[in-house]
Amino acid sequence: MTDDNTVFPTSGNLVIIGNGMVGHHLVKTLVEQGDASPWTIHVFAGENRPAYDRVHLSALFDDQTPEDLCLSPAQWYRDNRVALHLNDEVVEIDRDNKTVITAGGVRQDYDALVLATGSYPFVPPIPGHEHEHCLVYRTVDDLDAIKRCAGNAKRGVVVGGGLLGLEAANALRLLGLETHVVEFAPQLMPVQLDETGGALLRKEVEALGVHIHTGMKTELIDAGEAHALRMNFEGQAPLETDMIVFSAGIRPQDSLGRQSGLELGERGGIVVDNQCRTSDPAIFAIGECALWNNQIFGLVAPGYTMARTVAAVLHNEAGDFTGADMSTKLKLMGVDVGSVGDAQARTAGARCYRFQDEVAGVYRKLVVSEDQKYVLGAMLVGDCDAYDTLLQYMLNGIALPDNPASLILPAGDAAPALGADALPDGATICSCHNVSKGAINEALDGGCCSLGDIKDATKASTGCGGCAALLKSVVDAGLEARGVAVNNHLCEHFEYSRQELYHLILVGGLKSFREVRDTHGKGLGCEICKPAVASILASIHNDYILEPEHVGLQDTNDVFLANMQKDGTYSVVPRVPAGEITPEKLMTLGQVASKYDLYTKITGGQRIDLFGARLEQLPMIWEELIDAGFETGHAYGKSVRTVKSCVGSTWCRYGVQDSVGMAIFLEHRYKGLRSPHKLKFAVSGCTRECAEAQSKDIGVIATENGWNLYVCGNGGMRPRHADLFATDLSDQQLVQLVDRVLMFYVRTADRLQRTSVWLENLEGGLDYLRQVVIDDRLGIGAELEAQMDVVRERYQCEWRTTIDDPQKLKRFRSFVNAETPDQDIRFVRERGQPRPATEDERSDLIETVSV
Amino acid sequence: MQWQHICTREDLVAGSGVAALINGEQVALFYLPDQSPPLYAIGNHDPIGGANVLSRGIVGDINGELVVASPLYKQHFSLLTGACLEQDDVSVPVWEVKLDGDKVLLRPLPAALNRTGT
Repeated sequence: MTDDNTVFPTSGNLVIIGNGMVGHHLVKTLVEQGDASPWTIHVFAGENRPAYDRVHLSALFDDQTPEDLCLSPAQWYRDNRVALHLNDEVVEIDRDNKTVITAGGVRQDYDALVLATGSYPFVPPIPGHEHEHCLVYRTVDDLDAIKRCAGNAKRGVVVGGGLLGLEAANALRLLGLETHVVEFAPQLMPVQLDETGGALLRKEVEALGVHIHTGMKTELIDAGEAHALRMNFEGQAPLETDMIVFSAGIRPQDSLGRQSGLELGERGGIVVDNQCRTSDPAIFAIGECALWNNQIFGLVAPGYTMARTVAAVLHNEAGDFTGADMSTKLKLMGVDVGSVGDAQARTAGARCYRFQDEVAGVYRKLVVSEDQKYVLGAMLVGDCDAYDTLLQYMLNGIALPDNPASLILPAGDAAPALGADALPDGATICSCHNVSKGAINEALDGGCCSLGDIKDATKASTGCGGCAALLKSVVDAGLEARGVAVNNHLCEHFEYSRQELYHLILVGGLKSFREVRDTHGKGLGCEICKPAVASILASIHNDYILEPEHVGLQDTNDVFLANMQKDGTYSVVPRVPAGEITPEKLMTLGQVASKYDLYTKITGGQRIDLFGARLEQLPMIWEELIDAGFETGHAYGKSVRTVKSCVGSTWCRYGVQDSVGMAIFLEHRYKGLRSPHKLKFAVSGCTRECAEAQSKDIGVIATENGWNLYVCGNGGMRPRHADLFATDLSDQQLVQLVDRVLMFYVRTADRLQRTSVWLENLEGGLDYLRQVVIDDRLGIGAELEAQMDVVRERYQCEWRTTIDDPQKLKRFRSFVNAETPDQDIRFVRERGQPRPATEDERSDLIETVSV
Repeated sequence: MQWQHICTREDLVAGSGVAALINGEQVALFYLPDQSPPLYAIGNHDPIGGANVLSRGIVGDINGELVVASPLYKQHFSLLTGACLEQDDVSVPVWEVKLDGDKVLLRPLPAALNRTGT
């Protein structure tokens, strides 16, 4: 195809048509090759927004915005001197004059041209398919159209039961439509799955309320009676619907290739060679519009490889695209599906092993070579844990173990884990960014010494993230091989992680810092290990934290049972369970605040925070609060803070359960639990979620049938949406799961690690947490609950205990030898309340005093 | 300067600190019964956080040096020299202090020296 006599230009104008994920990857690769690029880059895009993550398009139906999916903002293109023309499609390539012409009339000369036009959704030519309620699913604009149409719809049909079709069906389901999937083949995902796998997937998807119709050929779409449209099928009863989304496959967007006379495949696609060159040596094609070796690659990873190939060629370096592995792993409506290599066992002589668990909804198939030495492929439905291992066996031709079936048998039956050491250097760890084990080891040799460093240096695991677990084991093994101890020591006094220390204290029955230090540590301790050990002791024994042997361990907030502010004064937060408060108590708070001239503010946790109390005022304030029936709110501790709630079914027209009642119950149950970091809860009375439970460590949302439990959400510095952990729970089931999740967190988290980060670092992630908590895989469920019982039984209001002990109250003095308050604490008034004086204001005030 | 009687042993908190007012200066007194000597006195004013809080920090050792960590922003101050471990140019004053039976005695610094820390 390539004319060998043509001298290919190595500089000038580079025009890239298309700004999808692959087109963007090319720009990014070129830009990252350095400032001295000989190319002036012009990008033309048909869509009106810069490239976005199309793979995660359905996230737009969850909580993401198009901006969240954006790969690089327009400013990035400007900063890198790339001319980005949005919303201006190229309509003609004039190869004779090396010019492209856009719909908007722009003409741009090129020295090299790259087609990255992607693909378009195939809409079968069924009569009636042009109806305005017949849509497709590929772009953000498509999704907007689907959303608009769904606004007035009750029922939606997706035509196509493949990977994208099921994604589209999930979108309709999330929009609240009665969702149907119509598939021509006799099963779902016929390309990736066999009959058994398809049937299992169908069962799981149907359990979510999606109606599946297989073996259905749509013949005609016309007007319906009860709904806008009626679909007529060959030999089947018709189905009425308000909208139809076609997702019956993709076709290469090759119209510019056709228009300009480039060589095309018989069934479309722009023919390219190993350098991704088309029949015109100045023109390349990459991604889903390119046909290599008579194949179209409908995945993003091969497209990225093509982009990198072209980037190399444009820089006069060697670049070769030699095909790509089409193995894939994804989650469809919560169901794990994985396909590795020749999953359909089409290789001559291929032999299969199958494992099926109808109870758990798991199916695994292993395809091996005729001589039973190598993995040819695998199919996984319901559980993809084995995916990484099987993929590595297949890609690297690793010899099978003696009992190949052990690779797909349930864990616990001694499935031989494929350690990082077993992988050859050439093994691809991250296929999105094409990072091999060798490249990771090179980066380690180059000075990287943590997982984070490796991610920054190689970009491994920054694409789809599917290789995260494998990457970690490769990095850990690499560090170990280099003699780098992975140091998770608490501090210089303890050569243990918090988790290890927790178990040493628990198993050793240790009760004080001194005992812990004498047995397992050295030195005097410091502000890191002392509070950490104090917190561990509290979550095991729940002693009064101001006992003489504990008091020196506590952070100042815990010592004075209040929150220190920037000027050394404290704020006071009494507990207001679930944010429910009587007018009388509200008035008490007002009176106390007014009497001690405290700045008063409502907190995010539905409580009232009183600021500006001096040390010596704290006991007096609390005496009044306790008399009025308040108790400590633990706002000062790494402990359970509040359970926020909406008003629930008692008052609200939409509430389906008593969220306030449940929130009060939970707050009283878990108050006083000390943990690696603060814990926040919320309970919403219906799916409208006014209590924002999905941003909490423990979130509870009422359903018609009980409660849905969400775990490990987080607001704050790095927000994280909580994960749905279990559904339709009774009150009893709910507290059992919460007991276990919290205690497991307390036992295994790192120091000052929020539940969100803990879960993200927990090997096996949410699935593992479910196995431990719901399935009791470790057999520690009862132990966790018993430990929570201990903590609950030993609950005390720390302020009441303190008020009742004159010895403890001695500590609440500004000075041991003087009754005067700290004269440096100065307030000025703002909006009718006191606030700390700024430095300038303070010097003014002090001068006034000294005059 | 003469030793001055500040308070008694039972006003102190073992393993932690309290504040005292001496000639208008705020002093943080730390009582570490296992150490020799068991008593330490440094300025209570945290020059970095700008508030009188050092007596309320956690005491411990960093590379063998006795320190208190400020409760505001966690910088460490040496109990022996008053030096800030994180910032060379910052320190707090130090007083001589001792136990005489159960009496806590402190020797006030010359006023000039007293002010250098802040």
